[in-house]
Amino acid sequence: MAGRVLLIEDEPHIAEAIRFILSREGCEVAVEADGAQALARVAALSPDLVILDLMLPGMSGLEILAALRADAATAALPVMMLTAKGQGRDREAAERAGVSAFMAKPFSNAEMRAQVRALMEG
Amino acid sequence: MPLSALTGTRLRERRLALGLRQGDLAARVGVSASYLNLIEHNRRRIADALLERLAKALDVSLSSLQGGLADDLVDRLRAAAAAVPQAGAELERLEDLIGRFPGWAAALAELQDRSRALGHAVEVLNDRMAHDPHLSASLHEVLSAVSSVRTTAAILADTEDLDATWRQRFHQNLHADSERLALGAEALVAYLDAAGQGEDQAATTPQDEVEAWAEACDWDLGRAGGLGQSPHLASGAGRALAQALQAEILADRAAVPDTGLAAALNRHGPDPLALAAEFSVPVLSAFRRIALRPGADLGLLICDASGTLTLRKAVAGFSPPRFGAACPLWPLFTALARPETPVEAVIALPGPQGARFRVRAYCQVGYPGGFAGAGPQIELRRAAMLLLPEPAGPEQALAVGPTCRICPRPDCPARREPSILAA
Repeated sequence: MAGRVLLIEDEPHIAEAIRFILSREGCEVAVEADGAQALARVAALSPDLVILDLMLPGMSGLEILAALRADAATAALPVMMLTAKGQGRDREAAERAGVSAFMAKPFSNAEMRAQVRALMEG
Repeated sequence: MPLSALTGTRLRERRLALGLRQGDLAARVGVSASYLNLIEHNRRRIADALLERLAKALDVSLSSLQGGLADDLVDRLRAAAAAVPQAGAELERLEDLIGRFPGWAAALAELQDRSRALGHAVEVLNDRMAHDPHLSASLHEVLSAVSSVRTTAAILADTEDLDATWRQRFHQNLHADSERLALGAEALVAYLDAAGQGEDQAATTPQDEVEAWAEACDWDLGRAGGLGQSPHLASGAGRALAQALQAEILADRAAVPDTGLAAALNRHGPDPLALAAEFSVPVLSAFRRIALRPGADLGLLICDASGTLTLRKAVAGFSPPRFGAACPLWPLFTALARPETPVEAVIALPGPQGARFRVRAYCQVGYPGGFAGAGPQIELRRAAMLLLPEPAGPEQALAVGPTCRICPRPDCPARREPSILAA
C-alpha cells in the first residue's frame, strides 16, 4: 500500500501510533498538529489521502474539509475524518461537506489499515 | 396520634389474619361490635386510648398505624398509577391494596421513587451534556486518551519485530496516556456523581471544586488544612489545583506579612502596583494578597492569555460566569491586550440595582524558558482584575455584563450571541 498520507492530528501519541502503523504498510506519512497550517501542508505535500481529526487547534476539521472541497485542486482528494463515537451532528456536517470516510475513536489498528487501504486503492 | 384513612382497614386485616371475630375483639377492647365495624371501615375516628387497646389486642405496633407514613404511601402509589395511565390501575381499590398487600404496595412505591429519581438524573445530565462545554471537553479528553491507549497497546501486542527503541517509546506513551485517562475518568465520575444527586449548582470542573473549597474557607486558604478530606475537592485535578493555589497564597503571605500588608493598605489603599513596588513582589502576587485576605469584600478575577478565567472570587453584585466566555468589555481583557500597563475604570452591571465597581487590572508577562534553548520562546500572560465596590457617583461607568448569554443589554456593540433574557 504505497502512497503519501497527511495526518492532521494534534494528539501526539495518536499521531505517532498512526504514523507507525501506516509506515509499516508502505505509506509515507507526514503529520501536522496545527489546523491553521493544514491547508498549506496539503498544498505543499499533495498527499494521496488526508486523515483529519475533527477537533483541532487553529482551524477545525470541518473547516479544513470545507476548504479542501471548495478548492478544485483538492475537491476529490480522499479525506478520512477521525471522530469520537456519538458526535452525530458533526458526522452529519462532515458528510454534507463531502468527507470520504469516518474512523471513530477509539479505533482498532486493523480498521485503520483496512480503511486507509480502501481509500488509497479505491 | 396521627392516623390515616387506612387505620381501620389495617385493623380489620389484622383481625382477620388472627381469625378473630368482630364481636370478640370489640368485647376485648370495650366497644360494641357495630362501633368496631364502623372503625374498621374508616368511618369513625379512633381515640388514642382505644387505639392502644386495639393494637395490644391484635399484637400490632402503634407505629405501623401512623398516618403520615400511610398517606405518603398513598401519594406515591397514586403517582405510580399516574405514570402509567394505560395500565388502568384501580385507584378506588388503593386502600385495599395497601391493607391487604402492604409488602407489594411498599415495593411498588419504592419502584416509583427510583423511577422518578432516575428520570430527574437523566434530565439533569441531558441538560448538562447539551450546555456544559466542560463535560464535552472532558469526554473528548477521555476518548482521546482511550484511542491512544488502544492503538499503542495493539502495536506493542501485535508487532513481533518491534525494535527496542520503538518499544520503549510506545511503553512511555502508554504510561502517559493511562495517567491521562485515569484523571479524565476521575473527573467524569465526580461530575456524574454530582449530577446524580440533582445538585444543579454542584462543582463540575476542577476549578469549580477549588472555588467551592475556597468559599467554604472564606478564602483563608493559607490556613485551610486537610485538602484531601475536603468534600469540595472530589477529583485529583481539583486537589492539585487547590494545592497549587494554596502554595501561591502561602508564598504571597511570606513575601508580604500581615502587618506589612495592613500598613501598606493604610498608606495606599487597595493598590496592587504600590504594594508590589513596596515589597518587590510580582504584581499578580499583590493582587492576590489584597483580594484573598479573610473577610476582604473585594472581587478578583485572573485569566490566562486565552482569556480563560483561572481564578474567580465573586463579590456581592458580581458573579463571574461558570460556563462560556465572559463579557468582552471587562477591563481585565483590556489589560490583557496591554501588558504591563495599569488599567482602571468604573464599571456598572446591568439592571436597576446594577452594582458599580472600581476595577484595577493589570497583565503580567513572563518568559519561563528564558532566552536559552531551541524552539520558539514561550511568553506567558496572566491578567488580574480587582473589583472594589464603588458607590453611586458622577464618574461615568462603563456598562458591562457577566456574559452575553445572560446579559440584558440589547444594544451592546460587543454582543457576541443573543441573550436568553432578550424580550
